[in-house]
Amino acid sequence: MSLIQAEGLYAGYGGVDILRGVHLHVEADEIVVIVGPNGAGKSTAMKALFGLVPIRAGTVTYLGENITNRPPERMVTRGVAYVPQEANIFPSLSVLENLELGAYAVPGDLTPRLEKVFALFPRLKERRRQQAGVMSGGERQMVAMGRALMVDPHLLMLDEPTAGLSPRLIDETIQRIQEINQLGIGVLMVEQNARQALAVADRGYVLATGENRHEDTGPALLADPEVAEMFLGG
Amino acid sequence: MIELIHLLINGIVLGSILALGAVGATMIFGVLRFAHFAHGDFMAVGAYFALTVVTVFNLPVLAALPVAMLGMAGLAVGIDQLIYRRIRRVQPVILLISSFATALILRSAIQMIWGGSNQVYEVGIQLPWRIGPIAIKPDHVLIVAAAAILVLLVHGFLTRTRMGKAMRAMSDNMDLALITGIPAERVIMWTWAIGGALAAAAGVLLGMDTRLHPTMGWTLLLPIFAATILGGIGRPYGAILGGLVIGCAMELSTLVLPGTYKPAVAFAIMILTLIVRPQGIIKGSV
Repeated sequence: MSLIQAEGLYAGYGGVDILRGVHLHVEADEIVVIVGPNGAGKSTAMKALFGLVPIRAGTVTYLGENITNRPPERMVTRGVAYVPQEANIFPSLSVLENLELGAYAVPGDLTPRLEKVFALFPRLKERRRQQAGVMSGGERQMVAMGRALMVDPHLLMLDEPTAGLSPRLIDETIQRIQEINQLGIGVLMVEQNARQALAVADRGYVLATGENRHEDTGPALLADPEVAEMFLGG
Repeated sequence: MIELIHLLINGIVLGSILALGAVGATMIFGVLRFAHFAHGDFMAVGAYFALTVVTVFNLPVLAALPVAMLGMAGLAVGIDQLIYRRIRRVQPVILLISSFATALILRSAIQMIWGGSNQVYEVGIQLPWRIGPIAIKPDHVLIVAAAAILVLLVHGFLTRTRMGKAMRAMSDNMDLALITGIPAERVIMWTWAIGGALAAAAGVLLGMDTRLHPTMGWTLLLPIFAATILGGIGRPYGAILGGLVIGCAMELSTLVLPGTYKPAVAFAIMILTLIVRPQGIIKGSV
């Protein structure tokens, strides 16, 4: 059974469909990457899955249950966490408060979850009293991912987690994502740095103008000359 | 010099009252993104709640304060559920106008229930305490102390409780709060409860300092908005600071201007803030 599966998704804003029949699925232990040119509908696909953009047609199933158009708070309680590309932290709150709030919908003993996040991102433990808004881009991305991990998700959805980061931080972030995946968390991410992301991905989807164009294992997509030429910048 | 100190004392008293009103107004703005024009009248209703408790049960004002706060908290949540909740998703300006209407309704209700004339909690003159040449009214000390305790309680709520943190989070980044699974409606109810309670406290303290009148809150609405803008919209700590600055500025202005210009001083500071530093002292969320 797939962790999450979308079939024939039509979704968009104000009656205009940005997604036109998109399908995708993520298995429990996978890293799945969505790549594609600007305006392909990558972020919209993520938002539609998470209940942030209304789905007009098609279905989303999570662990076999139909969750089409379910509101975000219900997704969180079922174990799906989503990190938007921008504005993904609470800037005036401390790092620790950001993490605590991440667990708001699934209360209980936070200590083991905090330990888990701090083990992945030791920097956050050092700076837990710091106001999140004044931290560097890389650290903010850690806070954002840490916040999402506080719900103990089965599925982590990341929208361009390396956007705006330096090459060194991109490598580090991708490595962290692999470590998160090794904890048994399925990862679905949209990525502009397609080559690096596909290199670590179990599978990838290429979207263009709201439709599926290619899908294959990460290495196979990287090796595909057509994909390389059209979507990975030659 | 003595006059200056007396004016400063008055300014701190007025500033404490403004701060309580401004904290609630700024929290409501932070969470709901609209300027709540009925906030001044929340203060007045709270003050009259306390008047009823004082007269019916023959209690001292400060004992009636918690009752008034609780009553106004309930009324604020009720008004939100009855009026604002239904129009929250339409244009903000409609919400703003409806709060204006709510203000008028509340003020008229006060006139119908308690009458339109001036009233006081306690009849009689308080002898001031004298520290050398400086005279301090005991009520002034009580007002500032009560305001300080309430501000500390709000601080504790915002920094130590789950709901308080969720409120700050929603004020910070509404979309992310939704994505995180923070229950927006519950946070909104708590925001109204606390905003209403603090407004009631401000009203009661204002009534202790001066007198009760149906327009007592309305006339302070402008200074309260000035305090929230000066402090940074959506920033509770900024609002406290803003309240104290505006309160002192209003009182000190009487050294050079007639007393009737006090609200104009608050207005001038508000305009100046908007021109020079629109984000406020503590960078606001708008």
